[in-house]
Amino acid sequence: MKIAITDLGLSVGGTRFIEELSLEITSGEFVAIVGPNGSGKSTLLRAMYRALKPDAGCILIGSANVWNVAPRRAALLRAVVTQHQTSNDSMLVRDIVATGRHAHQSWYRGETKADRDHVDAALVRCGAAHMADRKYATLSGGERQRVLLARALTQDAPVLMLDEPTNHLDITAQHDLLSLLESVDLTRVVVLHDLNHAVAHADRIIVMHEGRIKAAGIPSETLTSELTREVFAVDSRLIEHPITGRPHLLTAPMR
Amino acid sequence: MVMGAAILVTAVVAVCFGSVNVGIDRVIGVVWANVTGESSAVDSIYQKIVWELRVPRVLMAGVVGAALALAGAALQGLLRNPLADPYIVGVSSGASLGAVLVMTFGSSVIFGLTTPAAAFVGALVILVLVFAFAQRSGNFTDMRLVLSGVALGYVAMAGTSFAQLQAEPGQVRGILFWMMGSVAGARWEGLLLPTIVMVLAGAWLLSQARGLNALALGDDDAVAVGVNLRRFRLGLLIVAALLTAVTVAVAGGVGFVGLIIPHAVRMIVGADYRRLLPVAALAGAIFLIAVDLVARTVGSPNEYPLTIFTALVGGPFFLWLMRSPEGRT
Repeated sequence: MKIAITDLGLSVGGTRFIEELSLEITSGEFVAIVGPNGSGKSTLLRAMYRALKPDAGCILIGSANVWNVAPRRAALLRAVVTQHQTSNDSMLVRDIVATGRHAHQSWYRGETKADRDHVDAALVRCGAAHMADRKYATLSGGERQRVLLARALTQDAPVLMLDEPTNHLDITAQHDLLSLLESVDLTRVVVLHDLNHAVAHADRIIVMHEGRIKAAGIPSETLTSELTREVFAVDSRLIEHPITGRPHLLTAPMR
Repeated sequence: MVMGAAILVTAVVAVCFGSVNVGIDRVIGVVWANVTGESSAVDSIYQKIVWELRVPRVLMAGVVGAALALAGAALQGLLRNPLADPYIVGVSSGASLGAVLVMTFGSSVIFGLTTPAAAFVGALVILVLVFAFAQRSGNFTDMRLVLSGVALGYVAMAGTSFAQLQAEPGQVRGILFWMMGSVAGARWEGLLLPTIVMVLAGAWLLSQARGLNALALGDDDAVAVGVNLRRFRLGLLIVAALLTAVTVAVAGGVGFVGLIIPHAVRMIVGADYRRLLPVAALAGAIFLIAVDLVARTVGSPNEYPLTIFTALVGGPFFLWLMRSPEGRT
């Protein structure tokens, strides 16, 4: 399902985080949003998933204006893996994944067989079936991300949004998660901190800078050395990764 | 099932024992006679002790315990704060102010309201004020809610302290007793409102259990799965405040139950609100029935306020549970 953002503006407490931003994402695309800290990339994603209300412009998923539909309806359009957070809650993994079915249920109708099947399938898909009966608080960072991704998949929404999903993960878990994301057949919008994750896995890169889109396009043409100097204040060169054959970005401090 | 049996046993035991002990066969006889409408056949002393005093008292303790545990569970879920309890939003301080004003200056001070009614009105007034101060252009954050609840609670407490100092020495004991909670005055006619509120609120909370589960990981996580966050929070807060207001009105300030029972239950059955809520309600009921039994038998024929024993019995139990293997989270 495609996404269309038009003339978006967003301020929090008098600070302008996003200014006149327009963006189109086509169905099935893997889009990475990158940018330095404070560039507005997470803010943009939170506006897209209906957590932070913009004060100008509109966000369409398919033909529905995200901010004009009920929260429940929005959850049928897009699923979210929120930014990693710690939790000491003693909730079980299965119960957390089951909350992804919320929008498919109503207050008088409890969990059905179909709901449970969705939960089981998502757990298997994300390689988390063996931890279904463990407490979420006892999981490692990588395991938690798998659980949150499983919850998102049970929502059965055509669009998947992820906010810095590889943060705090060890190197194995980072690669596992990114391959998993590549294999998912949905429109994916992912805020990424690591430029190489974006370059190697995304169909298209959106570079945010000071609340605006500085550049957008296929990875190998977008992250030019001029751009990284201006936006990230680093020198860079794009090479072919000797193992994977995919593009890889070498960076160095500016001389 | 186990909990259902436990509550029945606790209730029957609580009806049997007191300043006068009544045999279980006699208790069952009296209850049966009243249920079948042949109460005239019962010895009038036992009719009074069992049916008119103890049964409503035990039921009231159960309803109040269940209501406080539900309110505590809802607020801990809403605020994701383990220290949240039914008193954190200031409601009970408002109730105390209303009740103490009436007890000290007579019912004519507040439009002829009785003590429970004044407590209820006081609670609702504080609730409205908390919302008025916490909201900013239609939105309110958890932090602002808690802070305005705490601040308004202190203002009401100042008023309560001032009123207490104006009280006659003979009134002080009654005021103290009320502020520490008691179901000694429970009668059949007083049971209706708290029971209705507890059952309706409990049913609503249970229908929202999945929303509470979603909220456990964070606000954005709740939004992610489609919870209408603003409306949900408002509903939880109003329901918790109503539960608190109605219990404070009928039983005064019963401390500790709303804070500790949800935690204890969470340690045993886990944090899934679909199980947590009903189990917490039953556990709260059992706990307060048992505590009330202790409060009226330990120094018989004298009675003690409930909060002394909720903490005295509940505190060590909770600490033990925290150290036990099931309690490790």
